[in-house]
Amino acid sequence: MAILTKDEAKKIVDKVLGYSKADEMSVTLNGNRTGNIRYARNNVSTSGETDNMSLAVTAVFGKKVGSATINEFDDASLEKTVRRAEETARLAPENPEYVPMLGPQKYIETGAYAESTAKINPEFRAQAAFDSIDPCSKKNLTAAGYMEDSAGFTAIANSKGLFGYNPVTSVEFSVTTRTADGTGSGYASRDYNDVSKLSTKEATEVAMNKALASTNAKALEPGKYTVILEPTAAGDLIGLMMNSLDARNAEEGRSFLSRKGGGTRLGEKFFDERITIYSDPANAEIPGSPFAGGGGGGGGGRFGGGGVDGRPQEKTLWVENGIIKNMSYSQFWAQKSGVKGTPPARGFIMQGGNQSLLDLIKSTQKGILVTRFWYIRAVDPQTLLYTGLTRDGTFLIENGQIKYPVKNFRFNESPVIMLNNVEALGKPVRSGGVLIPPMKIRDFTFSSLSDAV
Amino acid sequence: MRRRDFIQLSGLGMSALVGSSVPVLGNTVSLHQLLEPRADTAQKKKLADVALNAAKSKGATYADVRIGRYLQQFVFTREMKVQNITNAESYGVGIRVIANGTWGFSATSDVRPEAIAKCAETAVAIAKANARIQKEPVDLAPQKGVGEVAWKTPLKKNAFEIPVQEKIDLLMKVNGEAMKNGAGFVTSNLFFINEQKYFASTDGSYIDQDIHRIWPTFTVTAVDRQAGKFKTRDALSSPMGMGYEYLDGLAGDKIPGPNGLISYRNSYDMVEDATVAAKQAKEKLSAKSIQPGKYDLVLDPNHLGLTIHESVGHATELDRVLGYEANYAGTSFATLDKWKSKNFNYGSKLVNIVADKTQPLTLGTVAYDDEGVPGKEWDLIKDGILVNYQATRDQVKILGGTESNGCSYADNWDSIQFQRMPNVSLKPSTEKRSVSDMIKGVDKGIYILGRGSYSIDQQRYNFQFGGQVYYEIKNGQIVGMLDDVAYQSNTQEFWNSCAQLCDKDDYRTFGSFFDGKGQPSQISAVSHGCPTTRFNGVNVINTGRKI
Repeated sequence: MAILTKDEAKKIVDKVLGYSKADEMSVTLNGNRTGNIRYARNNVSTSGETDNMSLAVTAVFGKKVGSATINEFDDASLEKTVRRAEETARLAPENPEYVPMLGPQKYIETGAYAESTAKINPEFRAQAAFDSIDPCSKKNLTAAGYMEDSAGFTAIANSKGLFGYNPVTSVEFSVTTRTADGTGSGYASRDYNDVSKLSTKEATEVAMNKALASTNAKALEPGKYTVILEPTAAGDLIGLMMNSLDARNAEEGRSFLSRKGGGTRLGEKFFDERITIYSDPANAEIPGSPFAGGGGGGGGGRFGGGGVDGRPQEKTLWVENGIIKNMSYSQFWAQKSGVKGTPPARGFIMQGGNQSLLDLIKSTQKGILVTRFWYIRAVDPQTLLYTGLTRDGTFLIENGQIKYPVKNFRFNESPVIMLNNVEALGKPVRSGGVLIPPMKIRDFTFSSLSDAV
Repeated sequence: MRRRDFIQLSGLGMSALVGSSVPVLGNTVSLHQLLEPRADTAQKKKLADVALNAAKSKGATYADVRIGRYLQQFVFTREMKVQNITNAESYGVGIRVIANGTWGFSATSDVRPEAIAKCAETAVAIAKANARIQKEPVDLAPQKGVGEVAWKTPLKKNAFEIPVQEKIDLLMKVNGEAMKNGAGFVTSNLFFINEQKYFASTDGSYIDQDIHRIWPTFTVTAVDRQAGKFKTRDALSSPMGMGYEYLDGLAGDKIPGPNGLISYRNSYDMVEDATVAAKQAKEKLSAKSIQPGKYDLVLDPNHLGLTIHESVGHATELDRVLGYEANYAGTSFATLDKWKSKNFNYGSKLVNIVADKTQPLTLGTVAYDDEGVPGKEWDLIKDGILVNYQATRDQVKILGGTESNGCSYADNWDSIQFQRMPNVSLKPSTEKRSVSDMIKGVDKGIYILGRGSYSIDQQRYNFQFGGQVYYEIKNGQIVGMLDDVAYQSNTQEFWNSCAQLCDKDDYRTFGSFFDGKGQPSQISAVSHGCPTTRFNGVNVINTGRKI
């Protein structure tokens, strides 16, 4: 098992730093055991397991940076890796945007590790798949699904005394069920840190109900509709916007946050005043990483690889009552701008209300219920215009009730416009690593019809 | 299954890559290591036999083993700065078996014989565990063993042997020219990939292959701060199955087009393209916004390649048709009944689309796929009719076939091979016709070049595509640049509106370098050849918005 304790990990990274002859050195140690099972046509198609631990070393001379990675841990291999990183750094061109490494930092404990998930074995996975396939077979539905589980840790350290350790487990499950005649399709997905919260049977039943309810969909004219976006659909679009909060792009005039005539739109009211979005690595439902970067051995976010950024992740308000409160900064841009500079968030929490999805439906005169979106791609980065399609369960709502299934639509819409057209927000739930409410949005633009089921 | 790292690319154009990050396989190493050979063929054969024998002794009825070394060198720059140079190596063994009629797979980075034997045993154990809930036993089409053979991408210059400084110098020149010609910002990148794959199977094949790929690309951005506007233009290069010689920029491979446009065939002039791109990005800032409606589209190969990829390439993947990708990429409208009818009009009579693993200089070309099947060429759409699919050994019997057409691929030694797209290409017209000839015949149309925004539904009916540059055609002439253009159509309707093709002198390949599919997701690289082609009466929308 490649999951080291904090002390075991520290022993290795300290040893590595002890070999350093560079001006600065950082180390990232990652251990991970991942497993998966995939099925389709009510049969398991592939399944596997991988155990891996790797160490990435970044050496710096002046502003020259080089990295090397290894997955052997005897003393000779560790020292060889340090020398390789140093040799690569000496040969590298200077990086004018290099920022010196941080000193010791205080990191919070995120509670992202669950022993139950770390204990998953091939039999557990086969059972999880069976629990999903079996009810589908019995109802003459076809299931295709995938579960991936992972248990691991990241330790980061540098020659200036920084050290951080974060153990994480995760499990992701998704299933698509289709009717035998191919006219109905339903989908459900779940993601947790603790697998004891996952029931593949429960999620599959949601997908099955959607598949059975979505057969023989009717065509509606494309146009502007009030939509109720389930959390999966809403999270995908809002997530794309949350990835576009880079301060440098905004200040360089090439972001939706750039201001006409120069500068940025930080502090401006951008959305409906009910919109508040923040990140919090200590949130119990979506525990995040306590430090930025540290993503692994290959490239990482940093010049020369190594992945160590090391800035502490803190609770950060991005949008408050519709006002843009923060943009994200690379270390270089923060230093250049003379600001503290928040690193990009991993995961976010969008505040909502207390209403359930059903409450939102009940309060709707006429609208479209969207289970999920598919193939979302940027059309215009200036306005954050995206296109994509509805998929696996799209329904017409009339007088507070689901009336009948409708054919899938292509949309062309910007989350910025969407968050100005808010009718109601429901209770946030976890979906794809974020906490997001189901939302009712008016004037959502569907531009054409799709025959896809 | 996979611990994969991603390099985040801030400031890179939205359409140049999958999202804003590129996958890095394996470990970061020094340049030295990339050029050091690993095990020789004789050693690999010995290790392969350890795996095959261990699998058989545990009860496998079939086994194959891939000893793979995957090398990557990526260079990233912005303006006059080098942002990142990544050298990565991934080395290990993947073993796939059939036991009790069920697939099992296991992989290890430990290449000692005892570890390989243990890995083979794990693969058999996984197969047997899953056999208990298996209802459709694997039925593998026969493949005769080919003995000990070897193949290499025909290269003039191995990109990994070119000094890094030469690459940096090139990109600095590219960026410098772009800035001089009106770009406010520019990012440029070089991607080099080398797959050293040794495949062996219980059929008696021992296949050693050395495969190279290259992709130079950039995004230039022009900004008008007063107006609060910015526009980008990506490179019109194509990823290729070539060495560094693709960057020679040979005059003989340049195709002059209308309005001073230059297209590139099998040799790319990156500095020249960046110069043009900067001017075009600037011009886009004040280009006329499109009036939505029906237009005749004249689509350049560097644009149409992606439409072929999405609407024909993915739609004719047999695993999608059968439902194996239902939970992720989706299924396909091109169902077996349409194929069986022998009269499903996928497109107009002019549409002839072939699949191949043999076209020289392309991304899909290999001597053998990842289950030991030789590279072939076959028809997918003939005279507009759907006639075949892309298949692997365990699928081809569903089509009544007796031999696979060789579409198996895994992106790394620790990935399970599955059905991936071969090159899928539209044949040129046999009648003599240039782009200028084609434009002369269009009354109300748009000439589109470059890969832009793209989206298609999960059964490949409805799609929306944008490009890099758009020109308005009126009464047979280009009258100016357009902006905010995207076209929407339905696959069958679109291909049936195919009205005219240019000839072989205009035929070029487009490529997708990081095509994603499967769970866990794997990448692959594939080329799509075609000439400039005309489609009549396609619905065009205006994508301009105010926020």
